[in-house]
Amino acid sequence: MTDKTTDAGPRRLWFNAGLPTLGVALALGIWWLIIIAFGIDSFWLPAPPDVLEAFQRLPGHLIEQAGVTLMTTTVGFAIGAVGGAAVAVLFAASRTIERMTMPLIAAVNAVPKAALAPLLIVWIGLNTQAKIVMVVLLCFFPVLVSTMAGLTSVPNDLREVAHSLSASWWQTFLKIRMAWALPQIFVGLKVASSLAIIGAVIAELTNPERGLGSVVVSSSQSADTPLAFAALTLLALMGAGLFYLVTALERLLVPWARAISS
Amino acid sequence: MIKIAGLSRTFRGKSGTVEALRDINLDVADGEFLAVIGRSGCGKSTLLRIIAGLIPPSQGEVLVAGDRVARPRRDVAMVFQRPALLPWRSVRENVMLPVEIFRWQRAKHRDHVQRLLEMTGLESFADRLPHELSGGMQQRVSLCRALIQRPKVLLMDEPFSALDALTREELAVELQRIHMELGTTVVFVTHSIQEAVLLADRVAVLSARPGRLRELVDIAIPRPRTFGHNAHMEEVAAASAELHQLLLGDHLPQVATAG
Ligand SMILES: Nc1ncnc2c1ncn2[C@@H]1O[C@H](COP(=O)(O)OP(=O)(O)OP(=O)(O)O)[C@@H](O)[C@H]1O
Ligand SMILES: [Mg+2]
Repeated sequence: MTDKTTDAGPRRLWFNAGLPTLGVALALGIWWLIIIAFGIDSFWLPAPPDVLEAFQRLPGHLIEQAGVTLMTTTVGFAIGAVGGAAVAVLFAASRTIERMTMPLIAAVNAVPKAALAPLLIVWIGLNTQAKIVMVVLLCFFPVLVSTMAGLTSVPNDLREVAHSLSASWWQTFLKIRMAWALPQIFVGLKVASSLAIIGAVIAELTNPERGLGSVVVSSSQSADTPLAFAALTLLALMGAGLFYLVTALERLLVPWARAISS
Repeated sequence: MIKIAGLSRTFRGKSGTVEALRDINLDVADGEFLAVIGRSGCGKSTLLRIIAGLIPPSQGEVLVAGDRVARPRRDVAMVFQRPALLPWRSVRENVMLPVEIFRWQRAKHRDHVQRLLEMTGLESFADRLPHELSGGMQQRVSLCRALIQRPKVLLMDEPFSALDALTREELAVELQRIHMELGTTVVFVTHSIQEAVLLADRVAVLSARPGRLRELVDIAIPRPRTFGHNAHMEEVAAASAELHQLLLGDHLPQVATAG
């Protein structure tokens, strides 16, 4: 074994865990420093210890509400992602359907989703389903668009190989186009993973009965800014977690993509 | 094995029509190695694609083993200029692709894959992904993928042109060995006179656009042939000179006229 291989482990750990931790610690430090330097009251901007204290005050409540938001987020994300990919496959199979429905979908996507939140309550009710629908609405489009882009970007030389082997549409689709589209699909999934949390919180702000969004609403009403920040911190952690989960899945499923794109 | 009769092909595009091939007549014997050379744009790839059944001719016809070609056939395999491997599949799985597409039984072809990989010196790379291989090795995989079909006819479109000079020579010598071993009929498009003289029984020289068969040159040098010093230097030099002459004597491609 050479030196290079023995220190590859620690170096990779430093690169993948050490540096991100350092970045977060630095950001927290600067935040704290600003509050001390300008003597900002915790009502306006709480310092990290205030937020920690708020969390320790109500840990069970916060975790429970985080669980509610996480459920809404992941269920909506899963439905939106599967739906987006499925519709993209449908479009790939039939140009007629694509031509007919794509303008409609693009128009729906152009509507600000936050404006739909009150309507969803009218249509579906003050319940979890309405919140999940909001998440689905936000996740669907990026996955649809990225999957379509991936499916149609198969290079000519691979198409030609399929043609010269007289591969059927399905064979070409399953063995070539789908795999080729995966890296692009993951781009869409990463975008959707962040939008999913945003969607869940928008829904919870409009219908503040449960979830971290409702914690933000009620804590600002009682002027408990540190508690609001504790909820926001949990949302941020959740978002980062979901994003890195998708990234890990990507590395597992498409290890070749990074190699050929560099 | 291949009979090309009165073959013409015209492309109609937005910017007008291009006559790529005009009245090609040519027979390729069983087991023959035919090289096709000609200036860029004279229709070599078009000719190959018509023989492969990838595009139809405008006029005339191509017969392979007595049957008129209308679509790609399983006993005609194509190797393209670029390796065109699936980046997510290992070398072995790339070679297996035609077996899967043809719905042949994988188990029956495993040994064949193994033999082809050994023949091309790839056996220790069988489980690597394409991006882990050099360009020359990737093109060898592409050749194996064509040979797994046990083709009667192997069509190759400038298969070595994207490689460096030494790798080209190495692969050309290897292709000669494989051709001698398998006796497959080969149509090999190239820009390299050297490659043509090393590999071919006959060389078809196409004229500039529209591509017509300008000359068929016999290369009667015994095999195995080698690059560099060998017993047939004079014949090689004479054949190369003749091909040079034919290509140079060709009309220079018309400078694109306005419009
Ligand atoms: N699909 C197509 N549509 C329109 N024109 C085409 C098409 N394919 C080829 N051509 C034209 O036909 C002519 C012959 O093309 P071809 O690719 O067969 O040439 P080539 O001899 O293989 O050239 P090269 O040596 O550069 O590969 C060219 O002028 C090209 O522009
Ligand atoms: Mg060509």
